Amino acid sequence: MTQLLPAFASQAVKTKLRAEGINMVFRGDGKSTNVLENIDLEVGEGEFLCLLGPSGCGKSTLLNIVAGFLDPAGGTVTIDGEPVEGPDPRRIFVFQERGVFPWLTVEGNIGFGLFKLSRAERDRRIAYYVKLVGLQGFEKSYPQELSGGMKQRLEVARALAVNPDMLFLDEPFGALDSITRLIMRKELLRIWEAERKTIIFVTHDIEEAVQLADRVVVMSARPARIQRIVDIDIQHPRDISAKRYLELRDNIFEEIGLAHQV
Amino acid sequence: MTQRTPPGRFEKFLWPIVAFAVMGCVWFFLVKWTASKIFPSPLDVEQGFAELVRRGVLWGYIGDSLRRVAIGFFGATVLGVPVGLTLGWYPAAAQVVNPVIQILRPISPIAWIPIAIVLFGVGDAAAVYLIFLGAFFPIVVASMNGVRNVPSMFRRAGRNFGLNPAELLARVVLPASLPQIVIGLRIALGIAWLVVVAAEMIAVDSGLGYLVIDARNSGKRYDLVVAAMLMIGLIGLALDFGFRQLETVKAVRWGFRGES
Repeated sequence: MTQLLPAFASQAVKTKLRAEGINMVFRGDGKSTNVLENIDLEVGEGEFLCLLGPSGCGKSTLLNIVAGFLDPAGGTVTIDGEPVEGPDPRRIFVFQERGVFPWLTVEGNIGFGLFKLSRAERDRRIAYYVKLVGLQGFEKSYPQELSGGMKQRLEVARALAVNPDMLFLDEPFGALDSITRLIMRKELLRIWEAERKTIIFVTHDIEEAVQLADRVVVMSARPARIQRIVDIDIQHPRDISAKRYLELRDNIFEEIGLAHQV
Repeated sequence: MTQRTPPGRFEKFLWPIVAFAVMGCVWFFLVKWTASKIFPSPLDVEQGFAELVRRGVLWGYIGDSLRRVAIGFFGATVLGVPVGLTLGWYPAAAQVVNPVIQILRPISPIAWIPIAIVLFGVGDAAAVYLIFLGAFFPIVVASMNGVRNVPSMFRRAGRNFGLNPAELLARVVLPASLPQIVIGLRIALGIAWLVVVAAEMIAVDSGLGYLVIDARNSGKRYDLVVAAMLMIGLIGLALDFGFRQLETVKAVRWGFRGES
């Protein structure tokens, strides 16, 4: 099979994140459950990586480990060569549920992480990210006055405003309706292309993974291992009825063991 | 669903007024038909009100009661909120202190009256102390639970943006628990208003509670008793209404709906 490799893949990409031999065990009620088994993963600088697997397989756990919120039972995570020792404003986690602060306005949320900056710089960045995620006119609104999609965009804006080099997104569009979800994917790609952050995106939606990612890491059911890593060698914007797209998607369907019939 | 605003607004005022009118009539005719010599009719009570205003005691007594509640409630808030936040923040501390709180909490402040008098003598301080006691525990418990119920997601987001523990408390935990704290304060204010009446019956010689007991003791003036009771009810309602306005402040309002 011959295909054009996307431009970034042909260049030597610098490794941003390296996870080696990650194991995780949850203990509770007198029994211990293996959640992650021997995960080795490298993520390149500026890459969009999707972690794909069945619900409850442990992909969120892996994301929490690389983000520094959980200590692994075994293995190491390094980012830019430094071991991860906890959460860090250089790497922002965007939550599955709505993680925006309901007591702050849109401006307040976006400015939340900017407390070390001068007033003027903070206002400049807030204005910039309000615009980037298309929330102009809602600067003084509270999250309860926004739709689900707007809240999720607000959370992304809050994350981007501190200018992190990585974003961890944990099923960020899971609670949205399917139309909003499609729009949000497009928005996220637009933002990613504008800002070129390294993104690790957790999802259980195969279509979502193939539409977004440079590479899709297919994980097995619990205990999660990396089953396969699939390169999505299609340029953006992706035609979701193109032959190559369907081929890649169907490969992953089979990999997970689903016949694509309903 | 959209509400039909104009008739809705009209009915909002109409029906309570009708209810009051019916209640007043029932009261009036019950007193009339039973030919009660003790229980005053609404008209007697209205005369009683007029007399209290004429004698110039009513506003003074209301002022005294409100002042005592204000001091006791303010003290309970200033002390209770930080204590509750601390206990919610340090679960280990809560485990130590919680049993003590749980034992003290169900004791009615009225049961403290003898001790309050021993400690502070008969006077304002004893009454204020009782109000403080009544308001303190609900505030502590609400603040503690408020902190405990802050979704871990918010704390993690705060840590992710590089907040130290003090900043996390001030910028995430306190605002996230504020709706529950406000509910606790409102309950505490209601209790404070109940307690002040009881405290004034025993510990002081002014205020609405004193008016109730004094009107009964000096000449069985039940018209004045009932007038004072109505005043207590109206002011309690006004206090609660005023406090409810706090719940509509936008930074807090998210906590008073089903979904944020």
